[in-house]
Amino acid sequence: MAAVQDHGHSHGHDDHHPTGIMRWITTTNHKDIGTMYLWFSFAMFLVGGTLAMGIRAELYQPGIQILEPELFNQFTTLHGLIMVFGAIMPAFVGFANWQVPMMIGAPDMAFARMNNWSFWLLPVAATLLVVSFFVPGGAAAGGWTFYPPLSTQGGLGVDMMIFAVHILGASSIMGSINIITTILNMRAPGMTMMKMPLFVWTWLITAYLLVLVMPVLAGVVTMLLTDRHFGTSFFNAAGGGDPVLFQHIFWFFGHPEVYIMILPSFGIISEVIPAFSRKPLFGYSSMVYATASIAILSCFVWAHHMFTAGMPVTGQLFFMYATMLIAVPTGVKVFNWTATMWRGSMTFETPMLFSIGFIFLFVIGGFSGVICAIVPIDIQVQDTYYVIAHFHYVLVSGSLFAIFAGIYYWLPKWTGRMYNETLGKWHFWLSMVFFNITFFVQHFLGLAGMPRRIPDYALQFADFNMISSLGAFGFGLTQLFFLYIVINCIRSGEKAPQKPWEGATTLEWTALPTPAPYHSFETPPVVK
Amino acid sequence: MSQESGHYYVPAPSGWPIVGSTALLFMAFGAALTMNKMELGYGLLAVGFAILIYMLFGWFGTVARESESGKFNAAVDRSFRWGMGWFILTEVMFFAAFFGALFYMRVFSLPWLGDADHSLLWPDFVAEWPTAGPGTHEQFTPMGAWGLPAINTLLLLTSGVTCTLAHWALQAGKRESLKMWLLATIFLGVLFLGLQIYEYGHAYADLNLKLTSGAYGSTFFMLTGFHGFHVTLGAIMLTVIYFRCAAGHFTPEKHFGFEGVAWYWHFVDVVWLGLFIFVYLM
Ligand code: HEM
Ligand SMILES: [Cu+2]
Repeated sequence: MAAVQDHGHSHGHDDHHPTGIMRWITTTNHKDIGTMYLWFSFAMFLVGGTLAMGIRAELYQPGIQILEPELFNQFTTLHGLIMVFGAIMPAFVGFANWQVPMMIGAPDMAFARMNNWSFWLLPVAATLLVVSFFVPGGAAAGGWTFYPPLSTQGGLGVDMMIFAVHILGASSIMGSINIITTILNMRAPGMTMMKMPLFVWTWLITAYLLVLVMPVLAGVVTMLLTDRHFGTSFFNAAGGGDPVLFQHIFWFFGHPEVYIMILPSFGIISEVIPAFSRKPLFGYSSMVYATASIAILSCFVWAHHMFTAGMPVTGQLFFMYATMLIAVPTGVKVFNWTATMWRGSMTFETPMLFSIGFIFLFVIGGFSGVICAIVPIDIQVQDTYYVIAHFHYVLVSGSLFAIFAGIYYWLPKWTGRMYNETLGKWHFWLSMVFFNITFFVQHFLGLAGMPRRIPDYALQFADFNMISSLGAFGFGLTQLFFLYIVINCIRSGEKAPQKPWEGATTLEWTALPTPAPYHSFETPPVVK
Repeated sequence: MSQESGHYYVPAPSGWPIVGSTALLFMAFGAALTMNKMELGYGLLAVGFAILIYMLFGWFGTVARESESGKFNAAVDRSFRWGMGWFILTEVMFFAAFFGALFYMRVFSLPWLGDADHSLLWPDFVAEWPTAGPGTHEQFTPMGAWGLPAINTLLLLTSGVTCTLAHWALQAGKRESLKMWLLATIFLGVLFLGLQIYEYGHAYADLNLKLTSGAYGSTFFMLTGFHGFHVTLGAIMLTVIYFRCAAGHFTPEKHFGFEGVAWYWHFVDVVWLGLFIFVYLM
């Protein structure tokens, strides 16, 4: 469909939008908003990363070193919240903003003004979270999962966190409604559903998950708030409620949430692998169906996070098998990526390296997930470093690596310049090595019984912890190097051609110049 | 700029979103401080709320003007439909969380509290719904279903009918009866709210049923309370639509502003039916 940009009082067709800071505050352009999402996400990544460095510094040696236990708990809590809601999720929304309209041939997002609000709510929530460190009583300290009774007890900081979660939820809901509507309603003529790039498909399904579960999160934090201040008894056994009820509602949100953080990465990987294998994606339609089944199944597995919280045996069995079932569609995906590379004429530029790294390490995380899903084993490893290792394999070497892959892949289109390939490769290998140093040993720590979220540990855990901390510092520094690579690309990268990647086939490469113009596809392309 | 039909309207840069964010910043800090009994909170909350109202008026006003000046083509109209539809789904899920809590308490946690394991802790506790829990000693009387709640059910259902009649009138171009049915809908909604407030007063004064009355009190007041809040929003939205109708907005063919609000009103209706069955009757 053709589009008309409303330029306010201005005339003519040249761009009239406010300049300077007001451009960014008032913009309704999906590219501007995408850029803000990505930079915001990176800023939060640094904040969350700083907290992680604090945690690892404390755990470098046994005994209390630099963080009092109360502060340590605040660090772990806010590290998790900021990374999940501030870094990973906004990064993917940033990608969606930039890429979805370009990949389906749409002029912009369906609700361009609301799109701006979705973004500008994030800094509000971030402010609440960061400021909460400095209020009396400090930040929330009950873990990123904020289980009661710990979370019914904290002070002002917990309330600020609750409101931050409300606001983040509102932002995600508006963002996902926008994405769904854009994809369903604004595709170029000829762009049928089954011709959409897989990145668009994964985001469509992710957005459905978001509209389903974010309101549930809002509900559960609201119950927490009224339990804290208005005397309700949702999570209070003396009043007939149950703290375990919180866990059920939270994880009804929480498990789909982890898939919200991985499905868009599947999408990015499914764009990058074919491009650098110079072959179409193997099994496109099975990828779509696999993504949809993962999303549906993910709504029925939540209690695998609660095997030690007390649950009837039938419940345990159900959730165990349901969880293991998810490994099947996930396996389909891994198979298809591998089959795409099979006999492809592959080259190994940075996006491809990160994608292959993703496949290897995500599979490790997937397997440790299946191990955690087995009830008798999980009863041993629940709340140990084993779980920490599991989810960092899926979230850091999964979601984050896919984000890196996507950034390197699309930076030329966004900025008009190439990043430095040598530096990019260094970034990949350093990340790969330091990541594994940091998190692989945590499997051993967990199996040996080291509990998570505790600032001190028994002496026998000392060596592995020191290794893990050293790896973490290295990983942290490597990401500052990434910042340098991106700035270097924007400032002085070589000019990029329209299609720097030989094997790329999607619309943003084939139908748009580089850098992508401020308004693209005001007249829609025709897709054959 | 002249509009060619078939063009998707992308709004110009706008200040309303950042105004909304500012409002929420004030409100969040204000609410957090207020709940922790800090004086500053009330002021922040009030300022935030005022900004929010200003934003809502400004933003929706802008959309209404854009709509009336014919900027929205059929594709934009479709977008609004998808958008409102999925928004209502999120509302359904929000209520689902509270209904889920109610079911969980009644089916799982209450029987567990009364089982042999817990009889050591609370030997006298009888695990029967409605309950205020084993640790609460104040007694209360649950809210019956066949008094006010039944009347309220009738009111809301009727308001669903009048809302549809208003829609038919709009489609038939009968502006006077459109306004009349809209007014009737709003009136029924407000009457519902009035009775609801009266019922709360009755609960607190005569039944000793409070928000703090354990599991029953929590679910009763939170579910009916959030529903009442949504009725309030719906009634406000209907009122806005009424004034837009009075100002001559909408045509028999194009009136999604009206329809969106009507959808919302029916949604609120359906939630009430769920409440009537699971909170009052069972
Ligand atoms: C085949 C796929 C997966 C399976 C079978 C699986 C299974 C599990 C199980 C059983 C647990 C609970 C462990 C425990 O607490 O004892 C868990 C925890 C977790 N998983 Fe996964 N998982 C899978 C994939 C993922 C993915 C893709 C992500 C995110 C991108 C993820 C993120 C997490 C997180 C964040 C936790 C820990 C939550 C917490 O307690 O703080 N998992 N997983
Ligand atoms: Cu899970």
